[in-house]
Amino acid sequence: MNRSWVRRWLRKDGIAAIPFLAPSLAGFCLFFAVPLAMSFYYSFFDRVTDGTFVGLGNYRELLGSSSFRKATGNTLLFSGVGVPLLILLSLGLALLFNRQLWLKSAMKTAVVLPLVVPIASIVMITQIFIDWNGVLNAWLYRLDLPRVDWLNSDGAWTVILLIYVWKNIGYNMILFLAGLQTIPRSYYETARMEGAGSIRQFWGITLVYLTPTLFFVVLISLVNSFKVFRETYLLAGAYPYDRLYMIQHYMNNMFFSLDIQKLSTAAILMVGFIVILMSGLLKIEHRFLENIE
Amino acid sequence: MIFARNLSRLMLLLLTGLVAAAMMLPILLTVTNSLMTEGELSFNYSLLGVVTEASAQAKFVNLKLIPDWVTLSQYAKLLDSTPKFLQMFWNSIKLVVPIVAGQTAVATLAAYAFARLRFKGRDVLFMVYLITMVLPFQVTLVPNYLMIERLGLMNTSGAVILPGVFGVFGIFMIRQFMASLPFVYTEAARMDGAGHGRIFWEIILPLTKPGLAALVILLFVDYWNMVEQPLIFLKEEFDYPLSLYLAYIQESERGVVFAASVLYMTPMVLLFLYAESYLVEGIEHSGIKG
Repeated sequence: MNRSWVRRWLRKDGIAAIPFLAPSLAGFCLFFAVPLAMSFYYSFFDRVTDGTFVGLGNYRELLGSSSFRKATGNTLLFSGVGVPLLILLSLGLALLFNRQLWLKSAMKTAVVLPLVVPIASIVMITQIFIDWNGVLNAWLYRLDLPRVDWLNSDGAWTVILLIYVWKNIGYNMILFLAGLQTIPRSYYETARMEGAGSIRQFWGITLVYLTPTLFFVVLISLVNSFKVFRETYLLAGAYPYDRLYMIQHYMNNMFFSLDIQKLSTAAILMVGFIVILMSGLLKIEHRFLENIE
Repeated sequence: MIFARNLSRLMLLLLTGLVAAAMMLPILLTVTNSLMTEGELSFNYSLLGVVTEASAQAKFVNLKLIPDWVTLSQYAKLLDSTPKFLQMFWNSIKLVVPIVAGQTAVATLAAYAFARLRFKGRDVLFMVYLITMVLPFQVTLVPNYLMIERLGLMNTSGAVILPGVFGVFGIFMIRQFMASLPFVYTEAARMDGAGHGRIFWEIILPLTKPGLAALVILLFVDYWNMVEQPLIFLKEEFDYPLSLYLAYIQESERGVVFAASVLYMTPMVLLFLYAESYLVEGIEHSGIKG
């Protein structure tokens, strides 16, 4: 009895949802779902038109390709270091801004502003710093050290990492600040009365109740860690220094050399990886929420 | 006691001030350098991109924050004798405004379904949307290219605009916002027999304004910076947006590059300062579990 009522209700909302979802679903199919299905199909054939089925041949070839392995490794390294670093720094900043501060709102504006600075502008300033005759080398010279060709050294990787943090720290800080606001003050008061120090309060209260926020922070940080490709591309071109050669470079270059098979196969592997990663994240979040209740 | 509290506040002010200054430095440098004279700029930066022997006599660029003479001549030169700049500025607007307007409209509708309605497969579908949000542009590049060719859009602005309109970030952001609105608001209207169309239009949409404002800013920034899409889908340099122009003038017209950069970021900075509180509120809601 109760169940059929739920089912009827579901059906009613389902019909109501159609007009709201239709435009989005149409575009989604046209530009995401169908393209992904096509990529999936291409990844098992040796040519786009009149190809023969090659099973996992493309996958085997791709996994054996050294430039694909390099690109994947670099992307994993960048996101693997960049995302946690960005999260730690923005959490620190959020804790700092969660106190009573002088000139708080002006400072906050300054931290969030890089979010709207165009990529080309920051690339230009970066070039002045890392050029062969640039500011960084001038500083090295003053210290009697030899010049460094920054764009062709591991230093370039650090520069991209810095740009990534600089650009996105404000966004994450806002997310964390909002999360901090949702934690009731009384929790901290109780903890203090029971004699818990500020470090225990941080681990036992702040971090636990920030977990739902953390899910979104990780998601957004990951999206943005892929977007830093634009800066890398404008700074170092299609074939940058080894460490900077990301999966997007690889895919772009496969596109321009018309190697559709490798590109599609790489795309499908990437989708698979993201699906696994996201379900892992969701599972962790669920477990945490259960622990709280 | 009061002294100690003020001292600790002063230390915090210094710390946050330092962080803020570091964050602002690239922006400040761009603005002050755009006010320098042609002579000063070429004296400071003529060595950029010049490769010398490691052993050669050491000469470096001269990065300065304060101009010797303040002038608007770079702006005048840019606007007066660089028609390409204004053309590309206009190209950017022609691409970005339709994308932002379109994605906001499509996303708002879809977000209502995801946040306020209950139907089969809702959470799975939302998860699929989220996954495509994380994927970089290149993942769907080939089939997208074929699709755009088949639709006859290649080399038109539609090739850049249409996929942008159906981007999923807007749905994610607005869904989070709408889900955080209490259901009490709409229950009374439901009881009175109002349909979802009316509830959406008269109750939910007005309450979602801060979220919409935040989305508009974030989308504007994101698409104002497009690099890959126009490079691949537009062949004529005449159609390129400003984001590509700035990347390429650095070789020949270095003098105006700072002025161009300032004009390029001005629309976004103004938008940001005008609607900062909305932006903050919108982002805040997207991070709170609804």
